Amino acid sequence: MLKAKRKQVEQAADLRLQSQIGEQERFRDQLRRMARENKTAVVSFFVIVILMLAAILAPLLTPYEENEMDLLHRLQPPSAEHLLGTDEGGRDVLTRLLFGARVSLLIGVAPALLSLILGALLGAAAGYRGGMTDTVIMRIADVTLAFPSMLLAMVIMYSLGGGIFNVFLTLTLVNWANVARIVRSQTLKLRSDEFVEAARVTGVPDRTILRRHILPNCLPTLLVLFTLNIPAAILTESSLSFLGLGIQPPNASWGLMINTGRQYLYNAPWLCFAPGAAIMLIVLSFNFLGNGLLDVLDPRMKKQ
Amino acid sequence: MKKSLIHRLVQAVIVLIGVVLLIFVMLRIVPGNPIETMMGEHADAATVARMTAEMGLDQPLHIQFFRYISSAFRGDFGTSYSLGKPVSQLIGSAFVNTLILALFAALFAWVAGIGCGILSAVHKNRLPDRLFMGFSILGISLPVFMAAMFLQYIFGFCLHWLPISGTERWTGFILPSIALGWNSAGQVAQMTRTALLETLQEDYIDTARAKGRSPSGVLVHHALRNAMLPVLTMMTIQFSGLLSGAVITETVFSINGVGRLMVQAISGRDIPLLQGTALLATAVVIFGSLLADVLYSVLDPRVRKEG
Repeated sequence: MLKAKRKQVEQAADLRLQSQIGEQERFRDQLRRMARENKTAVVSFFVIVILMLAAILAPLLTPYEENEMDLLHRLQPPSAEHLLGTDEGGRDVLTRLLFGARVSLLIGVAPALLSLILGALLGAAAGYRGGMTDTVIMRIADVTLAFPSMLLAMVIMYSLGGGIFNVFLTLTLVNWANVARIVRSQTLKLRSDEFVEAARVTGVPDRTILRRHILPNCLPTLLVLFTLNIPAAILTESSLSFLGLGIQPPNASWGLMINTGRQYLYNAPWLCFAPGAAIMLIVLSFNFLGNGLLDVLDPRMKKQ
Repeated sequence: MKKSLIHRLVQAVIVLIGVVLLIFVMLRIVPGNPIETMMGEHADAATVARMTAEMGLDQPLHIQFFRYISSAFRGDFGTSYSLGKPVSQLIGSAFVNTLILALFAALFAWVAGIGCGILSAVHKNRLPDRLFMGFSILGISLPVFMAAMFLQYIFGFCLHWLPISGTERWTGFILPSIALGWNSAGQVAQMTRTALLETLQEDYIDTARAKGRSPSGVLVHHALRNAMLPVLTMMTIQFSGLLSGAVITETVFSINGVGRLMVQAISGRDIPLLQGTALLATAVVIFGSLLADVLYSVLDPRVRKEG
């Protein structure tokens, strides 16, 4: 995620804590209001749902197989039979795109979720425990954040090697620090709050305090972070695959399709531009949705 | 102010050492002897052993690390396995190209971004605003390689206006700079718009207007001066990002820069080269954000007095 965006989320979350604490109901109502008022976010949400359904139902939507070769019909331009043309092996591009959506979406959502969980746990531990735990976790987070994310991903992929699982792991390791930072600062503020102190004084164990009082109050922020981490993960994966360091064939991801299609850019541009447009659509949708949620999170936006 | 600066500088150096350690460890947990990988299957064991010892790879990890750090302070980053030249020399010649690319990209991003941002803020919620903000969202969501290939296809292949790749002529830098800078331009435009809109609501703007200053005078002398502060800090951070993030642009346009060197290092399993390039790129980012902080505190009198 962009540094500027992270700061924006952090600021919004802080302001939210100052203005109200423990009002889960309010956030739900706010979400409903967003669904009524923010058209862009709603449209984006439905685009995402449709793309996910298309990815899941891929075999039902297309008459072709994912890796069905047809060497007599290579590099054909879009036609009625092949809506987005065929690639260098005569495979139907639309079919590959639908199956590629499975990998690309999974690789957006799963690492975003994993880094969210990892970041939230480590961030909460650092903020709540303080002392040595805090120092160690946050110094590691600082070092991780100091890397440009693409570069860190490249170095990790170098030592792990390509393949889907390693891409998962890499994207998780790249994105957790963002989450940890924000959750830590939220935990620090919540910890000194009266209701948390009351719980501690009455002898509620730390683990229960974290689970019942601290993490639930971070949920709205986590939801925003999750939504914004997905497009970041998708972009990093597609860049890695584009360089040939990410997903390996025969798995199809959109980035990999562009990587192989690049050789035919001038005689079969649809090989690059179709998956490129797909990446753009999904990233755009998640960004719009994330920005809508960020507006909901930010109490300053309520007046408008 | 001075105290906090020194504090930040020390912190930056500590993070940098952490980065070196992280890169160092990550590159060495790769199974297998790098010399064996480099020489292929048919290398005889004696040669492999001799070269391993020559490069100090038979030493324990912590000794290797301290050796690397101490020679790095003297400007020696080892010798590239695959290209056979000193890493510092390879990076030095590649860095020039990356620097030119980043400068052009930054120029494009700032001029286009600030321009669009101001126009959007002035015409809030009207056609120019929607148009420019659409473009900037597009810039943020479009992967760099797609922007690059799109520009190549339209301006290089269809229209023949500009070279498709290579940097023999200076015009070769135009398309890559736009591709690389588009994303930053989008960010700058959004930031400028938000900051300017916020500033325009301040009381002193009303005062200036009430005093009879012309709308453009208010905009330039009162609003922009203050709105530009956060944008300026972001631009500093961005420039270091452009310097270190040109991997994809350089690959698509075949520019011999640091990013391309890094991709070469990965495909050649060339640890010293990868280590050197990664270290350089990260150092640029760390010191870039340090510079941004300093710049901010110099420009904003409120922060200056606090420190």
